[in-house]
This record gives sequence, structure tokens and C-alpha cells, in this order.
Amino acid sequence: MPTLLENLSRGKAATIAAIDRDGIDPDTAQRLHELGFDEGVDVELLHRAPFGGDPVAVRVGNMVIALRLSMARLIEVERSA
Amino acid sequence: MNIAVTNPVVALVGNPNAGKTSLFNALTGSRQKVGNYPGVTVERKAGRLPLPDGRTAELIDLPGTYSLAARSPDEAVTRDAVLGTLPGEKRLDAIIAVIDATNLRNHLRFVLELRRLGLPMIVALNMIDLAERDGTMIDVSQLSTILGLPVVATVAVRRRGLGDLGDALAALLRGEAPAGAASPQADVALLQREARAIAGAVTLAQGAGRRWSARLDGVALHPVWGPLLLAGLLFFMFQAVFAWAEAPMAWLAGLVTAAQGSLAATMADTALRSMLIDGVLGGVGAVVVFLPQILILFFFILVLEQSGYMVRAAFLMDRLMARVGLNGRAFIPLISSFACAIPGIMATRTIDSPRDRLTTILIAPLMTCSARLPVYAVVIGAFIPPTPVAGILNLPGLVLFGLYIAGVVGALVAAWALRHTVTRGPSPTFLMEMPKYQWPAPRDIGIGMYQRGLAFVQRAGGIILVSTIVLWALATWPKPPANWDRPVAGSDNQKTALEYSFAGRIGAGLEPIFRPIGFNKEIALALVPGMAAREVAVSALGTVYSLQGVDEDHSDGLIAQLRRSWSLPTALAFLAWFVFAPQCISTLAVTRRETGGWKWPAFMFAYLFAAAYVAAGVTYWTARALL
Repeated sequence: MPTLLENLSRGKAATIAAIDRDGIDPDTAQRLHELGFDEGVDVELLHRAPFGGDPVAVRVGNMVIALRLSMARLIEVERSA
Repeated sequence: MNIAVTNPVVALVGNPNAGKTSLFNALTGSRQKVGNYPGVTVERKAGRLPLPDGRTAELIDLPGTYSLAARSPDEAVTRDAVLGTLPGEKRLDAIIAVIDATNLRNHLRFVLELRRLGLPMIVALNMIDLAERDGTMIDVSQLSTILGLPVVATVAVRRRGLGDLGDALAALLRGEAPAGAASPQADVALLQREARAIAGAVTLAQGAGRRWSARLDGVALHPVWGPLLLAGLLFFMFQAVFAWAEAPMAWLAGLVTAAQGSLAATMADTALRSMLIDGVLGGVGAVVVFLPQILILFFFILVLEQSGYMVRAAFLMDRLMARVGLNGRAFIPLISSFACAIPGIMATRTIDSPRDRLTTILIAPLMTCSARLPVYAVVIGAFIPPTPVAGILNLPGLVLFGLYIAGVVGALVAAWALRHTVTRGPSPTFLMEMPKYQWPAPRDIGIGMYQRGLAFVQRAGGIILVSTIVLWALATWPKPPANWDRPVAGSDNQKTALEYSFAGRIGAGLEPIFRPIGFNKEIALALVPGMAAREVAVSALGTVYSLQGVDEDHSDGLIAQLRRSWSLPTALAFLAWFVFAPQCISTLAVTRRETGGWKWPAFMFAYLFAAAYVAAGVTYWTARALL
């Protein structure tokens, strides 16, 4: 069942199903790709920051990326079986 | 013979965290030159690289970037340099693309993007040892075949593969390697997918990877242990900056005093002697004395940066910084500003959003720098009794702590206000790679400290030297009339030599401005020479009260004098003034450099002056009403 990256539980692996590119400016969309985000790439939510759980640290392929929840909300993921 | 014309120019290009600068340091060692690109504040690092065939290449370390779609000034320099359109840079003869062997699929995307430029190019497959340790096996010759480019496995920090890289570069520059044809840039997602396919094809065994980093992050990013670890590291850093620097600072101060003494003993009492002693040596001394603190601070910042911890600190602090409209990356420049705003402002270059960066620069001087300490020490020593508070604390310590807190709160309020007015507008979201942890290489730390230390001395030293000479001249001329008698300390009815000078007249002219906030004529006078550097205000007060030999270490006479001449509300207002006061020409000069004009330093001066004035006024009138 698809869900949003921000709702993933810590340590649970998933695959990126869709990125809502309309919700962000083209520059940021480009940077997401440069940092390894793409449909079909495996992701895992690693850490939530103190003081409110925002930003989060996410493993994308073999990189770890920090991003704010507002961005993680635009990435839809499919939980791995 | 003009070698420079015939030397081929080669650039290192790669993603941040590919180990590019380590490779640059390993290849060029001490044969480096750091300069600036014209018109931008991006550093140009170049070095001489001897090639195995006897030629010498000029190697340039370009700023790390993820792609040629540049966002920050740093990234634009890299883009323009590889496109051959950068003013002040020769066209590149070849590119060495540095990639991290443990992160092939992301770094290869940039290689594919660079390959389309059609420039002669080598791929340095760096950190191959870390990939092997993880159990990842890469077919290097297969990678070379698929890319159609020479690929050399390297370990920059252990100097492995450097010979092979030199051989490959020499062959490339002789035209013995296949050169790709230039082709139009493709969509990022397409290149990304192609890179993933290539990475899959050349990876013979995929290791687990990052186990070490993941375990460390379990602590460093933990909701409870993470902030505690950060607080502990910062506490240790500050202890070190102030405790380790104490002895070398005393030696340097002694050295300057000795030089002043020997000049005084050997030269005739002329204006030149006075200028050399009070202007040049006084000015140089004011900068050099802070060098140990600055170098220790740079050491910690470099270790934190190169180990990969710095971005973790930004991650932990992003939420709190976001509340006042800043970005997690602003945290470290602001922390550095506690030692001195100049390295702090220089460190804002890592903030990619121009608005966030400008806001951070503008509030950096509100962090209590170490030059304020001598001023605080004298005034607190004179007016705050050492009353114990709650058994283990004392009142002077609490007042000092309160002044630091006032600076931090002031900075946060200012950031919030600025982000809603002059730097209003959306800022790009916080999106940042967190590289794996690494042991910092001593060679890289050493080279970094040398380069940053030199930049500090050049930037701050020059302006302080000039401004202290100017202020010395203003405080020296015109001379008092011939029938003038040197006044006796403590008497109020005689004019001091300073009062006859231009500085004195400026101070007297300023006095009506400062009278409403409780400052007397002597304070207004001392604030003028104190413009050069905050701590100069202490010796200036000594001069105003015509005491001989007053400096930070011999302030007992001054303390007694201040107790006689100042009321408590005036003293408190003076402290409040110094929390905000824009009294540091070097900070304004560095701000001009980093923002490319006088507009923002002028704004900084105006808003800090207004804040200092209001804070001192409110303190003065509140204290008068209550005490």
C-alpha cells in the first residue's frame, strides 16, 4: 500500500513510487534527482530530528539525505514486503 | 622562458564529499596557491603537479558540485570553469572527475554529465579502500570500457594510485586517450538512470556499506543523546579556544610590548616613533594576539567539517533555526562568531541560499566575540560586587553569562525581524547530503588551518593596520598648545591631550547624541578610537582618564577611576551598548567583501548602532528608576 515518505516508520525499507514534482520548484526537483531521489529507488527513514521530528534523515540508495517534512510529504513510497 | 603559457591546465571536478580536496592536497602538497576569482568571493585553489614525462600541469581544485546546474556562487564557478567561460581562468586542457567508489551510482551521474562536454577526461575512482572494506568489488576496466574514459582507482588520504593517475594524465594530455564528442546535456533523471545501470553492471559484489556511519549516527542523531553530544562538543571547543590560547596569547602580547619597548628605547621621540609604536605595533598586535584563538577555532571547525559531523549539527539545529527563518547550516558560522565574527562571516559561504546567507552575516556580530571580553571584564570588575549567588555561582559570572545570552537572544530577534523585512522571501528548503564519517587526514587539516589563518591575517590585518594608523593620527593631531600641562589623574578640570585632537573633537561632537543614554564625554571620546577593535575601548578609556600604561592586563587603576567617575546605571548602559555595538571596522570590511559592496555593511552598522542605542538607553533609564 503506498504511503508518504514522511509517514514511514524508522528502519522500514520502501521504494519510491512517485515524486510530486508539481509541488516544488524545478530547481529543487533537479536537486532531488542529483541527490539520488528517483522513482524505483530504495529508501529508508533513518532518523527524525529532535525538537519535533523535523527534518528527517533518509537513506536513498547508499546516500543519506536530510530533508524537511514539507519535502518528504511530496514523495510517495511503496513499502517493501 | 615562459613556462606558464605552455603548462596544461587540469581541473579536479566532483561531487562534494568525493575526496576532491584530499586528492588535490596529495597531488600538489605544499605547491599550492590560494587566490580569489575576480568579482566573486569564491576561492581559487591552484597547484603545480609534476607529470611523469617531465612536464608540469597546473592543477585547479574546483568547488564541489552535484551538477552543472549551479545554484550557489561556488557551483557557478565550477560550471563556468569547465565550460571555459569563467573570467580569469584559462580554458581547461583536461578534467579529472573525482568520484566516491562507495557511492558509484550517484557520482557516475555527474561523470556522464561532464562527459557530454567533450573535454579530455580521466575518472579518479577515489576511496576504493573503503569500498573494498565494505566488501564492494568494482570492475575498474569494465567501468573504463563502458564510459569510454580512463579510470584510475585512488585512495587520496593514503596516497594510493597517485602514480597511475599521473601516468594516465600525461597520456591524456599527449592525446593518447579517446576523447568524447561534445553532445547536448540530457535530463537529470535520464542520466541518473543510466548511471544506476552502469553502477549495477560494474559492481561485482555489493557490500553492506555505511555500517560504521549508521552506528555513529544512532548516537549523533539520537533525539536525546544527539543534542547532548553536540552541546558537549561545543563546550569542549570553547574551553579549548579560550584555555589553550591563553599562553600563546600572552607570549604574543609580550612580544608586541617588547617590540614597542625596544622602539621606544632606540628611537628619538618623534611622530614616526609614536606612529610605529601606537599605530603600527598597536594595530598589528590587536590582530596577532587573537591569532591563537582563531587557529584553534579553525582546527575544530576543520575537524568537524572533514569528519562529516558538521552536517549532523546542522540537522540537529535546523528546527530551531527554522523558527527564526534561518537554515540549519547557519548554526556553525554563528557558533564560530563567538570567537570572532570574521571567521564566522567567512564560514557563511557554505549556505547556498543568498537570503539565508545575508541574514546570517548580518546577525553574526551579535554573537559575543572574544574582543568584547576585556571590555566586559573591566566594567564588571569595577561595578559588580563578587556576591555569591545560590552557593556555587557569583554575581559577576552571572552578569557575564547574561550578556552572552542577551547577544544570542538579540541575534534571534534580529534574524526574525530581518527575514520579515529586508531579507524577506522564500528560502530554498533544507536539503543536504550527510556523508559517511571519516577520520580527518592531518595533512588536510594542516593545509586548511594554514590557508584559513593566512586569509584571516590578510583580511583583518590589513584593514586593522590602516584603521589604527588613521585613528592614531586622529588621536594625535592637532597637538595641545605649548603652555599645556599634563593633567593629573583624577582631576576633572584640565583638558587631556586627546581632547585637543580631532578624535577628541569628534567625541565632544558626539557627546550630545550619547548623553540621553547616560554616556559621559569620556565614554563618547573612547568610542571613537574603539571603532578599530572593541578591546581598544579599554586602552582608550585609559587615555581619556590620562592614566599611563592602561591595557587589558593593567586595568586596576582604570577600575578605580571608573568607580569614581561613572554611576552604576551608566556602567550597565555601557555593557548593554557593547552587546550590540557595531564597533569593529574589520567586521564591516569583511562584510563588504562577502556581500560585494558597501550597502550591507552600512545597513549592518546602522541597525546595530540603533539596537545598541536603544538597549543602552533602556538599561540606563530602567536602572535609574530602580536603583
